[in-house]
Amino acid sequence: MEQKIYDHAVLADKFNKDASRVDWHDKTLWFIREKRDKAAWQIAEWEELRETASQVKNNVLDNLHDYLLEFEKQAQQNGVTVHWAANAEEHNRIVHAIIKEHGVSDIVKSKSMLTEECHLNEYLQQQGITVVDTDLGERIVQLAGEPPSHIVLPCIHWKKEEIGELFHQHLGTPKGNADPQFLTAAAREHLRQRFMTSRVAITGVNFAVAETGEVVVCTNEGNADLGVQLAEVHIACMGIEKIIPQRKHLGIFLRLLARSATGQPVTTYSSHFRKPRPGQAMHIVLVDNGRSERLQQESFRNALKCIRCGACMNTCPVYRRSGGHSYQYAIAGPIGSILAPGLDMKQHADLPFASTLCGSCSNVCPVKINIHEQLYEWRQVLVKSGHVSPVKKAGISGMAAVLERPGIYKFSGAVGRWFMKYIPVLVNNKLNPWYKQREMPAVPRQSFNEWYRQNRKQNGKQS
Amino acid sequence: MKVALFVPCYVDQFYPQVAIATLELLEKLGVDVAYPESQTCCGQPMANSGFEHLTHGCNDNFVKNFSGYDYIVCPSGSCTLHVKDHLHATDEKAAASIRSKVYELVEFLTDILKVEELTSSFQYKVGLHQSCHGQRGLKISQMSELVSAPFSKTEKLLHMVKGLELIKLSRTDECCGFGGTFCVAEEAVSVKMGIDRVADHVAHGATYITGNDMSCLMHLEGILRRQQSPVKVIHIAEILNAAQ
Repeated sequence: MEQKIYDHAVLADKFNKDASRVDWHDKTLWFIREKRDKAAWQIAEWEELRETASQVKNNVLDNLHDYLLEFEKQAQQNGVTVHWAANAEEHNRIVHAIIKEHGVSDIVKSKSMLTEECHLNEYLQQQGITVVDTDLGERIVQLAGEPPSHIVLPCIHWKKEEIGELFHQHLGTPKGNADPQFLTAAAREHLRQRFMTSRVAITGVNFAVAETGEVVVCTNEGNADLGVQLAEVHIACMGIEKIIPQRKHLGIFLRLLARSATGQPVTTYSSHFRKPRPGQAMHIVLVDNGRSERLQQESFRNALKCIRCGACMNTCPVYRRSGGHSYQYAIAGPIGSILAPGLDMKQHADLPFASTLCGSCSNVCPVKINIHEQLYEWRQVLVKSGHVSPVKKAGISGMAAVLERPGIYKFSGAVGRWFMKYIPVLVNNKLNPWYKQREMPAVPRQSFNEWYRQNRKQNGKQS
Repeated sequence: MKVALFVPCYVDQFYPQVAIATLELLEKLGVDVAYPESQTCCGQPMANSGFEHLTHGCNDNFVKNFSGYDYIVCPSGSCTLHVKDHLHATDEKAAASIRSKVYELVEFLTDILKVEELTSSFQYKVGLHQSCHGQRGLKISQMSELVSAPFSKTEKLLHMVKGLELIKLSRTDECCGFGGTFCVAEEAVSVKMGIDRVADHVAHGATYITGNDMSCLMHLEGILRRQQSPVKVIHIAEILNAAQ
């Protein structure tokens, strides 16, 4: 992976150059957060449902080995070929080998964050395979040559007028037409041709049922179904944490997923793929890519409970005001910020700091991942592992040295306040990021400590 | 009941009136308050930046200052939460004892003193900024994300203040963007979050913005003053202590 040039703060600063666009982005996502709230409030036992989902997932993580083997056995009995990939490269090679075996050069793919994580599209393109993403939002960002900015709403950062222009350039729609219904129809027309001619369809997996060996894919557009039904080969790609023990557990997760994601009671399509139809081949690729390692890290393992609903992104005040691309990882927002450093600490050292630790993410999480606590823990791990700038390290060390010595603290406080009062330019300048858009606090005549000694000690009140 | 007053470092240095109001309020309510004079900081600025391992000296000093009291009361949800969750020291037994005895001012008033009436008066329209660590960490009020019965310890106290009109907000508990070192490390987003919070209060007619944490209010004040807005910030201790 290329070393990134800018960190989150720099890209967020860039995003904030257009305040009205930030407002629009914030309001669009907040609207979805509010829809989620309304949907949740319609279920009296919502919190109990979250707790149950969390416990089911905990059980899965505790017994992942057994569930995976059970799933593999059932899937094989259903006539599915099961592949195991240790990492992203292996996953990409397996998928490519299947496509090659069938002599195909054009394929369709429905939404899969795992394939984004593995950079499958880029890999296949390098091998001369054309991949068409069939989820409308994903197709839009694909035409624009961008990664998705949100796991559920891949093009949430695009305005309809901009999509009209993009479609004009790529699909030949009339210039200036930004009518969502018209543009959707144009995309359908365009995608339909791809569906009809593609012999291989890749899908992601929302849930893999150990008991039956089936995979469940949730979409609102039916694009996963259409792709699979028309293709000779179905390749379902999934992270190994997608397992749930039994079919009945879908009753918990399907209720939580769509409500948390978009505020819908359920996704339009919840498609179960159990066995290939006659004449069709079905493959499931089980991908580890760091998950086993994560499973061993007590502080971080329960991030693997994630069902990719995106609720933490919609509620995150930082995500809403910095945009998905500022995270520079397939999964943006709070959950991405605790997953990404697990894959590459150096590359993603900025992400756990792109948060105020407000805790809203943990509260909306349908499987109760303690996201904000893990952000705090990642900060400790990153600093201890040396992924911190020397300037910051020196600054914080200096701060610690002052704050652990009461005498020096009082002295520095008094000196600092004196300078702020009489030579304010020392802090009120361009080098102080606080002062750029905010006034510094007014300097009081004395500290509380000084006030107390002056006003209370002589009254005989001593600590 | 022997209570120690824990004053956050930035309150000590920049907002002494908040600590004075807290002290006076507690005394009015008949509490015997001590102020350990060698206190400095809870260590949160280092720990939240990833340097928890550099907080030992700070923590030992905290334990030295605050051991032996029945309660430790602090006019900040954030500092209180940090002590509750992360205070570890050479004397671990003493640290554990402190973790279980530290209270944010509002929760101390409602849960321990069980305050049911106040003599204070504050004749203004007030917007309440719910600081995240107090709200979501200490559970001072119901949170908008959760499907659960509404309550607010802070509002309960504000309703006891004569003449005070609490305004409604569009977003009841969105973060202001202060976030400790986040406020300078992620300056652009921090400020935008603050601007948006301020706008919500202003649009609903607030004359004052209050809250349990002066750090959030310091950030909002910085923005209000840059905007030359007539709206002011005031810590809840100052309102609850405001004389009739």
